[in-house]
Amino acid sequence: MRAAFLIARKDLRQRLRDRSALVYGIIAPLGLAILFSFIFGPLDDAAFEAEYVIVDEDGGQISEAFGEALGGLEDDGIAVIRTVESVEVAREQVETGSDAFAGDDVASADAAFVIPEGFSEAVLAGEAAEMTIIGAAGSELSAQVAYSVAQGFSSELAAVDVAVRTVLPDAMAAIAQEGGTASGVSPGAEGAPGAVTPEMLAALLAQEAASTVNPITVEDVSASTKQLDSTTYLSAGMAVFFLFFTVAFGVSGLLEERRLGTMQRLLAAPVSRSSIIVGKALTSFALGILSMTVLVVASTLLIGAEWGNPLGVALLVVAAVVAAMGILAVVAAVAKNQEQASNFQAIIALVLAFLGGTFFAIAQVGGFMATLGLFTPHAWFLRGLGDLQGGELADILPSVGALLAFGLVTGGIAWFFLQRSVGRTR
Amino acid sequence: MGDAGDGLVMECRDLHKAFGDIVAVDGVGFTISDGETYGLLGPNGAGKTTSISMICGLLEADAGEVFVDGERMTTRSVEPKRAVGYVPQDIAIYPDLTARENLTFFGRLYGMGGDGLKSRVSEVLELIGLAERADDKADDFSGGMKRRLNIGIGLLHKPHLLVLDEPTVGVDPQSRNAILESVERLSIEGMGVLYTTHYMEEAERLCDRVGIIDSGKIVAEGTRRELVDLIGSQDRVRVVASGDLKSAAEAVDGLPSVVEVGEREGGLDLIVGGAASNLTEILQKTTGAGAVVTSVDVDEPDLESVFLHLTGRARRD
Ligand SMILES: Nc1ncnc2c1ncn2[C@@H]1O[C@H](COP(=O)(O)OP(=O)(O)OP(=O)(O)O)[C@@H](O)[C@H]1O
Ligand SMILES: [Mg+2]
Repeated sequence: MRAAFLIARKDLRQRLRDRSALVYGIIAPLGLAILFSFIFGPLDDAAFEAEYVIVDEDGGQISEAFGEALGGLEDDGIAVIRTVESVEVAREQVETGSDAFAGDDVASADAAFVIPEGFSEAVLAGEAAEMTIIGAAGSELSAQVAYSVAQGFSSELAAVDVAVRTVLPDAMAAIAQEGGTASGVSPGAEGAPGAVTPEMLAALLAQEAASTVNPITVEDVSASTKQLDSTTYLSAGMAVFFLFFTVAFGVSGLLEERRLGTMQRLLAAPVSRSSIIVGKALTSFALGILSMTVLVVASTLLIGAEWGNPLGVALLVVAAVVAAMGILAVVAAVAKNQEQASNFQAIIALVLAFLGGTFFAIAQVGGFMATLGLFTPHAWFLRGLGDLQGGELADILPSVGALLAFGLVTGGIAWFFLQRSVGRTR
Repeated sequence: MGDAGDGLVMECRDLHKAFGDIVAVDGVGFTISDGETYGLLGPNGAGKTTSISMICGLLEADAGEVFVDGERMTTRSVEPKRAVGYVPQDIAIYPDLTARENLTFFGRLYGMGGDGLKSRVSEVLELIGLAERADDKADDFSGGMKRRLNIGIGLLHKPHLLVLDEPTVGVDPQSRNAILESVERLSIEGMGVLYTTHYMEEAERLCDRVGIIDSGKIVAEGTRRELVDLIGSQDRVRVVASGDLKSAAEAVDGLPSVVEVGEREGGLDLIVGGAASNLTEILQKTTGAGAVVTSVDVDEPDLESVFLHLTGRARRD
């Protein structure tokens, strides 16, 4: 195996010297991720402004309080809030919001809060109540914010609920009597009858320890709670797309040796044929890991990508590199020459990247295309990173497993063909 | 055979190799002793490179065996390959690496390392005249410099058997001379050399024994003297002429004294039994067929005449 390491070391020196691996492995993906994140995604929080709509079918105390809480977001310049009349309209606007090609003149929203009829009543009665968030797929970050706003509010209510029932029976009665407007009524001293305002809620919250009972469940219909923000998605997409080109440099080294005539020298040297193949595999692995590591670190530092748990990212990166190696090695094993191999490899890299959703989240389209995506390492890599967001490390195991399976199956096929083709000198 | 200690660095027996319908090597066998330089001469496509590839363990033989230092050489061998230094016919170097890096990489592959490798690399760089360009990328070298590097890689690890496949093609006369000298020196030091070439002068100068290969078979083998004796008291006549050389060749071919005729650029090469008494006749036929003769050379037979005699073809450079 000493020979394999010698060959890999020599290859890496060659690759670093001819710079093409550098361009494909680092400069192109990072450059594009930065460019796209400027075009499509928020660069920092200051530039972030979401558009939310509220559908208030409840019209009660609590829903109003929630509206005001959202108003606070508006004051902070984080969001624009509008009220719409029906769930249908809200859904429509959110859908428009996720459509990158919709015109600016069409009303659109990043997310909608739907407060159903009887919400306030249920909350005040200490029963389970449900608020729905309709998230837009195209703006995961906005949906995420909407989700956390609702969650924050619900936990406040939990405390209030306990407070109301334990310390403020009068206030509760007052709320039940008034049953309406809260505006203009400033809360008096503690315990004074009147409307529940956000300030009051906050005050009550401060008085009492948070309850373990959560009266509100927030249902997220977009299923986008475990999603990558757009910057990370772009960075990861570009990284895995170009990974297939970077790794191709390694595996095609065999064909390059043949073209240069140096394969004859390797075959004449006291070196087993397997160690020539292993040497090329080591080169590919090193190039893949190197470029992915640089991309993860650079995109985190430069454009604020959030890849998640480092161990999980490392597992996914290694598995993705293995998958890319296997697939590209099959091409290198059966191709007639280096030129043919790089053409095939480029086509495969493009098709897999397209189906795998590196250019746009094709899984959101659903149906057949999403199913096809499951046959690409790209989709599994992105899905694994998504599962890593807020999830447990174990959540990524299916993705890691799928990637490794790609690598092992195709790698086995490649090994079989390479055993025969490695001895070819022309 | 094939035992160590019999003084043979290489022995091959009855090698066969076909590529589809093309029979490239058809029963080649010969031996090389320690310190011996063996020349393999043959026209294009004779099977020289194919034979060498089997000897070096690059190519699986359809039949036959190769022994290097008494050990069986196959494509899967590792140990016997240590004993062989191979210089491919086509330049085989890494253009992105410097001359020194090329040498060092292959030295390591042959198990060298440390200061020993370092000093040996410097030594070889000196030998191939690239010491001053040692740290330039091979890509920037001239064709001849690349050739020299190509050779340097083959002899770096001081093999017992150095195999050179037409190593001097495209090298200027000075460099060629330097290469030939170093091969001679290595041979004196005890290295066995297998040398293929199109240049008869090189073969005459370097080789202790020569095998002439044609259509995959060794048609004659021996020292220069032995080979020349094969054609007996025949002379080699070079006719420098222009005009209808084809008809001229046909015309002289009919003469009983003419053993072999080869047509080449700007004249005819003949093997003639007793040139002195038959020269007038030959010139008459030549001019009679429409060729204009400008000069005639009569030589003692040499390898070239043997080659021509045996293969029926003038060599092509
Ligand atoms: N890999 C191959 N595939 C098919 N045919 C081959 C292959 N290698 C050699 N041949 C054929 O085998 C024959 C012998 O070729 P080889 O290269 O051994 O000749 P050579 O004596 O080295 O010629 P030259 O002096 O031109 O180098 C030729 O007809 C050649 O076309
Ligand atoms: Mg040849």
